[in-house]
Amino acid sequence: MHIIKEIQTAAYLFASILFILSLSGLSSQESAKRGVLYGIVGMIVAIIATVMGQGVEGHVYIMIAIAIASVVGIMVARKVEMTAMPQLVAILHSFVGLAAVLVGFGSYLDPKSHELTGAEHMIHLVEVFIGIFIGAITFTGSIIAWGKLDGKVPSKPWNFAGLQIMNLILLLICIALGVFFCDAEGTEGMLFLGIMTAIASFIGVVLVMAIGGGDMPVVVSMLNSYSGWAASAAGFMLRNDLLIVTGALVGSSGAILSMHMCHAMNRSFFSVIFASGGSGSSKGGEKKAIEGEVTSLNHDEVATLLKEAKSVVIVPGYGMAVAKAQYPIYELVQILRKQGKNVRFAIHPVAGRLPGHMNVLLAEANVPYDVVLEMDEINEDMPETDVVMVIGANDVVNPSAQDDPASSIYGMPVIEVWKAEKVIIMKRSMSAGYSGEDNPLFYKSNSEMLYGDAKDSVDKILNNLKK
Amino acid sequence: MKVGIPSEISPNELRVAATPKTVKRLIKQGFEVFIQDGAGVKSNFSNTEFKEAGATIVDFAKDIYSNSDIVLKVQGPTNQEIDMMKEGLVLLSYLWPAQNPDLLQKLANQKVNAIAMDSIPRISRAQKMDVLSSMANIAGYRAVIEGSFYFGRFLNGQITAAGKVEPAKILVIGAGVAGLAAIGAANSLGAIVRAFDTRKEVAEQIESMGAKFLTVEIDEDGATSSGYSKEMSAAFIEAEMQLFLEQAADVDIVITTAQIPGKPAPKLWLDYHVAAMKPGSVVVDLAASTGGNCTQTKNGEICKTENGVTIIGKLDQLPTQASQLYGNNLCHLLDDMGKAEKFKIDMEDAIVSRAMVTYNGKINWPPAPLPVSPTAGGNVKKVTAPTAEEIKQSEEEKSKKAALSTLISLCVVGGLLLFVGAFAPSAFIQHFTVFVLAVFVGWQVISNVSHALHTPLMAVTNAISGIIVIGGLLQTKNNVSNIMTILAFIAILVASINIVGGFFVTHRMLKMFKK
Repeated sequence: MHIIKEIQTAAYLFASILFILSLSGLSSQESAKRGVLYGIVGMIVAIIATVMGQGVEGHVYIMIAIAIASVVGIMVARKVEMTAMPQLVAILHSFVGLAAVLVGFGSYLDPKSHELTGAEHMIHLVEVFIGIFIGAITFTGSIIAWGKLDGKVPSKPWNFAGLQIMNLILLLICIALGVFFCDAEGTEGMLFLGIMTAIASFIGVVLVMAIGGGDMPVVVSMLNSYSGWAASAAGFMLRNDLLIVTGALVGSSGAILSMHMCHAMNRSFFSVIFASGGSGSSKGGEKKAIEGEVTSLNHDEVATLLKEAKSVVIVPGYGMAVAKAQYPIYELVQILRKQGKNVRFAIHPVAGRLPGHMNVLLAEANVPYDVVLEMDEINEDMPETDVVMVIGANDVVNPSAQDDPASSIYGMPVIEVWKAEKVIIMKRSMSAGYSGEDNPLFYKSNSEMLYGDAKDSVDKILNNLKK
Repeated sequence: MKVGIPSEISPNELRVAATPKTVKRLIKQGFEVFIQDGAGVKSNFSNTEFKEAGATIVDFAKDIYSNSDIVLKVQGPTNQEIDMMKEGLVLLSYLWPAQNPDLLQKLANQKVNAIAMDSIPRISRAQKMDVLSSMANIAGYRAVIEGSFYFGRFLNGQITAAGKVEPAKILVIGAGVAGLAAIGAANSLGAIVRAFDTRKEVAEQIESMGAKFLTVEIDEDGATSSGYSKEMSAAFIEAEMQLFLEQAADVDIVITTAQIPGKPAPKLWLDYHVAAMKPGSVVVDLAASTGGNCTQTKNGEICKTENGVTIIGKLDQLPTQASQLYGNNLCHLLDDMGKAEKFKIDMEDAIVSRAMVTYNGKINWPPAPLPVSPTAGGNVKKVTAPTAEEIKQSEEEKSKKAALSTLISLCVVGGLLLFVGAFAPSAFIQHFTVFVLAVFVGWQVISNVSHALHTPLMAVTNAISGIIVIGGLLQTKNNVSNIMTILAFIAILVASINIVGGFFVTHRMLKMFKK
């Protein structure tokens, strides 16, 4: 039983609308859940309409593949810790990249596609070539991103002089291969296609390796965008409008999200993506010498400070995510709020390894989102704040961003914690943040360190407060 | 270092320059604190509380003035008080240096280093010491409370079993710190609030506090580089008066807050405005001490006009709250000057050099001008204010440039499209159209996503990009040994993991978001 082409087209249109609604639903908290529902329905409509369409064979294999995938997908998604979310998203991107590569090869091997002639044949080959190129970059790039986020690959930018030139040469080789590929008869271009795939995979690796850990949120979102473009390219080669539309939606939304984030970090989009310098806007010149001494407190002293404070701001960072400290922190917040203190969270736009990462973690711990404020909302309240607890954040509270033009993060908006009466910085050690920059905040007279694992420290403070 | 706090001798002054809390802060900063017996009584702070906070109680003002290094006061000193001061004493109090040249001379003769708290420049760093802002905040709040006390009705609208109550309408004139505070308080009590200011850029602040911004149809901006508004042209004032007359008949409570530093307050609410008001209406004049914005205001009095309008020229100071804020402002200044250990009068410092009106026997007034943004008390940022024309010019240039670059890019894009159209088959063009439109839709849909939702959004777009599964679906063949089927099978497998995993994990994330 096949459905006719017109009905299929209508179903595709319906699915496209659902995907658009899904994305726009996610722009506010209230409609977000509905957004996901739209997405799911859209996907089901799309798959059913495709499978029921003309010329689709091998229904059994399709069902087997989807069944296995569903089990694996649900298992992975259930099991993953919220703190490991960035890694999951990255590895899922790589799947899309892989699928795009496979679909590209499949399309090239498809005898039907070689029935095309003239310009159509030419365009088809170009589409295959580009689709596989983007897919391969997404595939390996996402794997490296996953490795970096998971700590399996060192997060320091891996960079050398001539990197740009090497990438450029590789790109030129790919274009040359593309020309040979398009000239080849039948499936003889397979060799060129294979070599290009290898080179593109290598470019994917190098591209992400060269990007520092601090820029990881942008990279993840960028790869998200690439995976969309890859899907779109597949749509062109298969003459499938739904793929084109959906791919373009994902691609452009990923791109704009990355640009938002670059904006938040005062970095240019291109310097992040092409890893020029890997770490940004450093204007050169002598770095400011850091003056002052680092002083530290113990848990009881911190508890006492909190007891005396009226207004407390908590600035979480990746360290909180690593230590899974969000639960005890919220317990702490509840206790302090019960005592009538004004306790709020301040979230930097690029805190964590994914955009909105901290919000997700805090939401996981049931923190109501009206006490979670953004950097701009909280900065003006800083001078009236008694105690700021910086939990596992570093670069986002680095005063060098404002006063040291030699710093690589100079010009990036930061949370001005040092304006508060007292700053407590919970950290495992004195090591630098993800950007590799030293932080003069630690040396300021109103800041105190509290060394140790964030969760462990918060637990100890909690015990003291409960006494 | 010794910090002394004498009692305020003016019977109308209920505040005190330190509270038990600020005493604690001063001691933390390393100062020894001496306070006169009963100094805090009028603002509800007892000697015992001060003692517990660590202050030493001193019986006579004389001992404070002769022994302290720093004296904290609210009102400027009288001649007798100055006579008691020792040489080199640092005095922190209100002084109004522009109005009181004699007082400055006297302080200089006595070699007192006096800081006028009312002359702290309005720059961002000094916000925490800005007593005018903190006192204006209180005045604005209190204006609403007192106004509603004399107003015989509810402020909020209600529908009750006993009938419907109309909400009160409040007009706030002047949206400085006091005006904005009044708007906030009135709004939270449920009244309909309107506000007028000659400075156009405060419209946004007014609206953010929940009031409607009233304006006249004449294009003139009252903003100046000093942060206060300037005097306006005759035509503007006439239009303004007309607007007020229309409002007078409509509103129930009018709160006026317009003051010009060093000058009498402008008359904004004239006799005919008062006459146009409904009986039972109230005028609260926050400028009463500098002559009043309303012609019928009597400073320090509450009076009722013949047509039944109450005019309030006197406000309670909320001494407990006011003392606390004032004391904090003083603490911040002392903190900025180096606390006890490194206490230093730094005449190079932008704040100290401007507020220190007498230093080493010399008068240091008026200070060098310091341009600040006109958002007094709000988020004050240092700006060099370009003139309106410069702004206009640069904007014109910018828009010209933008137009040009848009034109060029449009030409390029159009050219490329034509090129594609000339060579590509029609099927491709059709797909290409769809593609470009979809890019724009994606762009628009995402541009206003809330920051907190970035991660779920990414997870969902990721799941949706699993649509590539369709590619696999279309390529599967019935024959397993066909290489295409194997490739397609793997493609379907990984893409579906992505779809299922992506949606499921987004769902999990969103379940946790709650208010």
